[in-house]
Amino acid sequence: MYPGDYRYTKEHEWIKVSGDTGTIGITDYAQHELGDVVFAELPKVGSKITTGQVFGTIESVKAVSEIYAPVSGEVTEANAALTSNSEIINSDPHGAAWLIKIKLANPAEASGLMDAAAYQAFISEKEASA
Amino acid sequence: MTSSAITQLRKTALNAEHRRLGAKMVNFGGWDMPVEYSGIVAEHIATRTAAGLFDVSHMGEIEVHGDQALDLVQHVTCNDASKLEIGQAQYSGLMTEQGTFVDDLLVHKISDRHYFLCVNAGNQDQDFEHIAAHNPTAAKVENAGKRYSQLAIQGPKALGILQRLTQVPLDSIGYYHFTFGDVDGVDCLIARTGYTGEDGFEIYFVPEHSEKLWSDLLEEGTGEGMLPCGLGARNTLRLEASMCLYGHEIDDTTTPWEAGLGWICKPGKGEFLGREALLRQKEHGLERALVGFEMLDRLIARDGCPISIEGNQVGRVTSGSPAPFLKKNIGMAYVPVKFKAPGTEIAVAVRASQAPARIVPMPFYKRAK
Repeated sequence: MYPGDYRYTKEHEWIKVSGDTGTIGITDYAQHELGDVVFAELPKVGSKITTGQVFGTIESVKAVSEIYAPVSGEVTEANAALTSNSEIINSDPHGAAWLIKIKLANPAEASGLMDAAAYQAFISEKEASA
Repeated sequence: MTSSAITQLRKTALNAEHRRLGAKMVNFGGWDMPVEYSGIVAEHIATRTAAGLFDVSHMGEIEVHGDQALDLVQHVTCNDASKLEIGQAQYSGLMTEQGTFVDDLLVHKISDRHYFLCVNAGNQDQDFEHIAAHNPTAAKVENAGKRYSQLAIQGPKALGILQRLTQVPLDSIGYYHFTFGDVDGVDCLIARTGYTGEDGFEIYFVPEHSEKLWSDLLEEGTGEGMLPCGLGARNTLRLEASMCLYGHEIDDTTTPWEAGLGWICKPGKGEFLGREALLRQKEHGLERALVGFEMLDRLIARDGCPISIEGNQVGRVTSGSPAPFLKKNIGMAYVPVKFKAPGTEIAVAVRASQAPARIVPMPFYKRAK
């Protein structure tokens, strides 16, 4: 379910690092909690995002959810497919529905986040207490 | 933590069934209720195009008995219950002395001596206490919510699906009328009412038969495209149909005139709680009115977003959401009456933006008859 080469946050974002580029999205758990996604508001290319700060918003029919930066960097691309097809966040959150790509401020930063096993344990615990 | 926060949530008789179906559950007014099963959009569209089945057993029931039952109903509600025939239901408001809403409700006339009121889940106890405290008659008032489960089956295929489980000729029940009959071996009050903007039925029965009725209805409806629906779709359906929700469009600060519910407010019927205040407000003229609006860009108005006109904040969104069938972002809000005309441009504060919107006529959605 959760790709082994991604890193994860407690706010349910994922990041995939390749060289000095990071690709960021939300997890399957997050899309399921949101329900039917209808709108994604993403930052402009060139803007800076900072670890732990809000960089975008995803709206479902019933809720608004802010998206937090897993690491710091500068936005190099926002996923244009989400403008007209934001519902792919529900169907392919770990793949086609990535949100943004960034040039990492510090390529080592993401290694401090949870790996897939730790994230799986984290959400299992949440589900058990729900 | 307050004591209410640690109180056990109340459950309908179908709680385990909802969990078995994989519903997402939420705390709704102290009740553990399904918000969605397959998804709000799919459930909403199913109800508009086929059918939706809703467990609305959290809704409250209050029964009024006795020779003076009508007198009491007339005294506490703003619509004219004397116009009801036996077997007819009426949308009405339970009024404060200020002519504002304690709750909105459906009044069913079972007999000259027996009225059956369906009220909002979260208001049931205060409604009962309000009626009991304002009872100048000898009528008996019973807080009867625990004795009933309620299912709503709504949508263009609702009648056909329900008909397969009953001998009662459903076609012969008029809109906002009801009858008693056997559905699937269970004695039910079968009302042609609903909260979705579609044709359909709401059935009331004793809770122990809930699982049987629910699963047999689901089985009958599945082949016709019926889906079990949660409170998420119930909310978007009623918003598209421009129906008020207590705590949003109406509460104890709003009057029927302001809410566009003048059609349920009948001061001509004689004395009732709030009548003087309502007549006074009508004479002085209203300051604000409930309007519907459509967003003009992609931003979504949500409950509580501030509304501005000509640069001045004039109110807040009472309900705002994407409308899954209309595929627009819509909402309702109170604005000063001078701005209520359709076509008026307004701005809705959504995060850092002043998002453009336009006042439009309500209802947003009206089914083809």
